[in-house]
Amino acid sequence: MDPIINLIVFACLGVASLVLSVLAVSSKSLLRAATYLLLVLICTAGFYLFLNYHFLAAVQISVYAGGVVVLFIFAIFLTSNKGDVMQKHQAQKYILGALAALGGIAVTAFVLLKHRFVYSGNHPMEGDQEINMKVIGEALMGTEKYQYLLPFEVVSLLLLACIIGGILIARKR
Amino acid sequence: MFHFDVVTHWIDELLRTYLPAGWTLFIEFVLIGLVILTVYAVLALILIYVERKVCAFFQCRLGPMRVGPFGVLQSVADMIKILLKELIKIDRVDPRLFRLAAYLVIIASICTFGALPFDKGLHVVDFNIGVFYLLAVSSLGVVGILLAGWSSNNKYTVIGAMRSGAQLISYELSCGLSLMTIVMLSGSLQLSTIVEQQTVAWNIFRGGIPAIIAFIIYLIAGHAETNRGPFDLPEAESELTAGYHTEYSGIQFGFFYLAEYLNLFIIAAIATTLFLGGWMPLHIPGWESFNQVMDYIPPVLWFFAKTFFCVFLALWVRWTMPRLRIDQLLKLEWKILMPLSLLNIILMAVWIVWII
Repeated sequence: MDPIINLIVFACLGVASLVLSVLAVSSKSLLRAATYLLLVLICTAGFYLFLNYHFLAAVQISVYAGGVVVLFIFAIFLTSNKGDVMQKHQAQKYILGALAALGGIAVTAFVLLKHRFVYSGNHPMEGDQEINMKVIGEALMGTEKYQYLLPFEVVSLLLLACIIGGILIARKR
Repeated sequence: MFHFDVVTHWIDELLRTYLPAGWTLFIEFVLIGLVILTVYAVLALILIYVERKVCAFFQCRLGPMRVGPFGVLQSVADMIKILLKELIKIDRVDPRLFRLAAYLVIIASICTFGALPFDKGLHVVDFNIGVFYLLAVSSLGVVGILLAGWSSNNKYTVIGAMRSGAQLISYELSCGLSLMTIVMLSGSLQLSTIVEQQTVAWNIFRGGIPAIIAFIIYLIAGHAETNRGPFDLPEAESELTAGYHTEYSGIQFGFFYLAEYLNLFIIAAIATTLFLGGWMPLHIPGWESFNQVMDYIPPVLWFFAKTFFCVFLALWVRWTMPRLRIDQLLKLEWKILMPLSLLNIILMAVWIVWII
């Protein structure tokens, strides 16, 4: 793709995700905030697609957009009343939030400027170069060096514990 | 065999000879978008007509007969009517979410539709992760339905949306698991590879018993995903007027209607691609002359014939079975279909290791 088209696509995605994330934290209705969050997550999937990480993009959409946000919306359905408006935060909280955001920006900027990118001297990648699904699958399920079966199993154990915990809490009622 | 890639390559070459690469890409993107949207709309019209006719025959009626010969123009007339209808303003809705919901539902449906392999060369994006992409994008529709129910400011819509959400999320599991059985068999997620592998025998024959079980589970779960037939609790008209899209009018209602019919088509098309060989003709090993005769039928026709066969199965079930209760619906998924498809995956592994 042309560098100009690349830049345009990147700028569109960037502006969209910035505006939507600000809307997600500033929106008054809880459900609207969740919807903006959904759109931000879709934009992130767009970034992954842009980087040719097709697998990650699909995971992003199916796990975050299709799973987590649906869970959020269900939780909002079950817990809040129609017409509930979020209370105004105190000024102190605004200051703390701004400080946290500034800190985050500072850390990211520091890492970005300090880090020496290995591929920065190389020619930019042209066309679509997908990573073969087989490579990802073997890396996820293998036991050798740079393969991730153990972390995968640990994470699934954590999820299992969460599920059992959820059932226990639901049973008590 | 006549493949459509001749036509698409010809267009590509033609554009490339006259225009720089960037413009060629741009024009091709626009063309593909237009073609996808047109096919989407035309298929919806055909499906609505087919559904009305099939439903009528099941009920010993004739169905639409007035507009055009055998009523074929009825759905075109309905389309014009729905395009001209007023968008009624509902009191105290959340207007932004109300509008967004209809778009989310139809965008999820179009994105899934766009990645289907109709023929060799008639395939918009051939992702390496094809099957996973289809599952991921189609799961976005749930959010649209939930938002539609909530933002309409109506009890019926909220109940409909909750039921629909619970149903879609649960049935997505066995949908995904039954597709995974076939992915195990073919060893690839790429749709074009999966179709190419079925040259000799379709997956449903190659995979034997586990593939047949997976096919049946997929048809049931997919049917539930479309909110139709015995699984139409979210829009049970006797209790909820029209479920989550009660308050929508005009073309916004049309979006939900279109997405419902196209989801029916998409589920049938995915079943065709993964189980029934996609655009591959029917080949029986050993019957050489029969195979050659089958090769003369264009692959696009094969694809649509198989897909419409699956659509017919869905319509058959819809107009035959009575509606389920919500507890029966969830019991069917969580206590029968999901354990069965998990066992089926083990069975498929055994089949691959010892029998193939």
